[in-house]
Amino acid sequence: MLELASNLGQAPKAEDLSKSPLSIRGLTVSYGQKPAVFSVDMTVEAGKMTAIIGPNGAGKSTMLKAALGIVPPVSGQVQVFGRSLDEQRARIAYVPQRASVDWDFPTRVIDVVLMGLYRELGLMGRVRAKHRATAMDCLARVGMGDFADRQIGQLSGGQQQRVFLARSLAQGADLYLLDEPFAGVDAATEKAIISVLKSLREAGKTVVVVHHDLATVNDYFDNVFLINTRKVAEGPVAEAFTAETLQNAYGGRLATAQVDQLAKALA
Amino acid sequence: MLLDALLLQLGYNATLVAIGATLLGISAGVTGTFLFLRKRALVSDAVSHATLPGVCIAFLLMAAFGGDGRNLIGLLLGSAVSAGVGLWCLNWLTRNTRLAEDAAIGAVLSVFFGFGVVLLTVIQTLGVGRQAGLEGFLLGSTAGMLWADAMIIAGGGAATLVLIMLLRRPMTLVAFDPEYAAARGLNVSRIDMAMMGLVMAVTVVGLKIVGLILIVALLIIPAVTARFWTERSDRVVLLAGLAGGIAAYIGAAISASAPNVPTGPIIVLMAFALFALSLLFAPNRGVLAAVLRHLRFQRRVHLRQGLLALATGQPIYEKMTLRLLQKSGLMRADGVATEDGVARAAKALRDEKRWEIVRADQSHEAAAALYDGLRAIETVLTPDQITDIDARIGGPKGVAS
Repeated sequence: MLELASNLGQAPKAEDLSKSPLSIRGLTVSYGQKPAVFSVDMTVEAGKMTAIIGPNGAGKSTMLKAALGIVPPVSGQVQVFGRSLDEQRARIAYVPQRASVDWDFPTRVIDVVLMGLYRELGLMGRVRAKHRATAMDCLARVGMGDFADRQIGQLSGGQQQRVFLARSLAQGADLYLLDEPFAGVDAATEKAIISVLKSLREAGKTVVVVHHDLATVNDYFDNVFLINTRKVAEGPVAEAFTAETLQNAYGGRLATAQVDQLAKALA
Repeated sequence: MLLDALLLQLGYNATLVAIGATLLGISAGVTGTFLFLRKRALVSDAVSHATLPGVCIAFLLMAAFGGDGRNLIGLLLGSAVSAGVGLWCLNWLTRNTRLAEDAAIGAVLSVFFGFGVVLLTVIQTLGVGRQAGLEGFLLGSTAGMLWADAMIIAGGGAATLVLIMLLRRPMTLVAFDPEYAAARGLNVSRIDMAMMGLVMAVTVVGLKIVGLILIVALLIIPAVTARFWTERSDRVVLLAGLAGGIAAYIGAAISASAPNVPTGPIIVLMAFALFALSLLFAPNRGVLAAVLRHLRFQRRVHLRQGLLALATGQPIYEKMTLRLLQKSGLMRADGVATEDGVARAAKALRDEKRWEIVRADQSHEAAAALYDGLRAIETVLTPDQITDIDARIGGPKGVAS
């Protein structure tokens, strides 16, 4: 919601973004000539769980990927804990969409989690008992301790998602960015993932999740960020996740009945 | 004669060639594995065909300046330059046009190879230098190979191997999950470039032995062969190196004992033989294992269904089920269950109930994931766990477990 500034003629003051784990300013990403994300600002609050919400094709995942430099942006700045992205890579853990990899790849569950220790292991370092112990511990935290030696192709979708989460835990990061971790997973997995994410928040970590299920936003998250190519709303769930902002984000794509139902839940 | 060749008894030169070929085979197998895992196997075919114009131009240049047109280092440098140009064209086409990679591969491969063949014909009609042997680069030839040539090949192969050992971790990460790799700060396109550079190096080094038309086979077949035997990427790499090395060694030995046969095709046929053996006989992914597994599975399904039908007193219509039950001594010829059959049926029914509980209980998730309707529950749970589950089922105790 843009408004004409009343102080035209003065240079705007720079904000202090050093406290935010992830701040994005003026981010535009485009595939070809059509922007998928246009001039988006986002300021993630530290120690909170934030949901990125919007209709299909609204640029949720694209924004996350651009923030991490996976997709090159057309313009925009990204700061992580007040510094540049490349200085702070080690503090970020990213969980990509499950469907983005080939699960017939010849590797075991434990090997995937060990990929999370890529920086510690370096190019030639041997995988030692302590690395293995870290990986096993992360697997246990997502309830997958018994699966360490299984081939990844034998896992169900929800189990694959939890292995990805375990890999990000192994990094010991401060900021966790997850792309649709609840898409197409069973209820047990959803429960396991959300409890891990909440324990991360308890430990003072910051969690950002691309999310599609409007019904669980209230239960799971502190803050929401609504996007439909442009930013629609940002803030605590109670303020930013309202019938009005949802209508703005989804437009006609959300059935009126759905909006009413949500509005009732929100009231 | 062949035995002599295999035992390196055919003299100094043949021995050198065999050793050089083996090193090349190992590094091709290892390099090719990463290409295969990254699903870009055919890019190497474009790269190898793109070497031909370079070989011809290098020959012409060296002959024009009065040198020996067949100097191997010169020819390999030329081939590397034109392979690099081919690779650059391929990348440019995929990135900046709407062509998909497969179409771009076809375009680059055919144009560069066609140009190379034209140059080769020109060289033959010009009659400059001593061009004999240049066509050996097409299919590979070890005849008349010099000691220095073999050293270049062996050295190049060994150097490539060392580089791959250094890059194996980032290359594996990029092959499995490029987005995650990028998020960790790895430069994915640079790692891909390094991988293609290694492929180019193997191709160039292997030109003399395998030839540019078939080097793709030595890069890809060992990796595909190795994939049959293991589910771990590091082992795929090792086994592919082994398969490539064996194929190249035997191929080079055979070709040394029959000098008129081009080396490349023999090596490729050897690699294929290993592939065919793996395809048929590999324990898990092999064709034979799959057929046996299916037959065994079918028998177990029939037996299980039969036992459950006996337990619940339902009629059995399926002929195969009846035959299996009778053959296992679980049922008499008149369709009545034997004593053993009654006991096994009761156990089967009880196991069904136990599985029901296991599958509904989140704390047994790992065990539940192994459920296939057939597996004996004792193979996934401890006796204590089973007792616990039985307590939850209730009902009559004392069913043999």
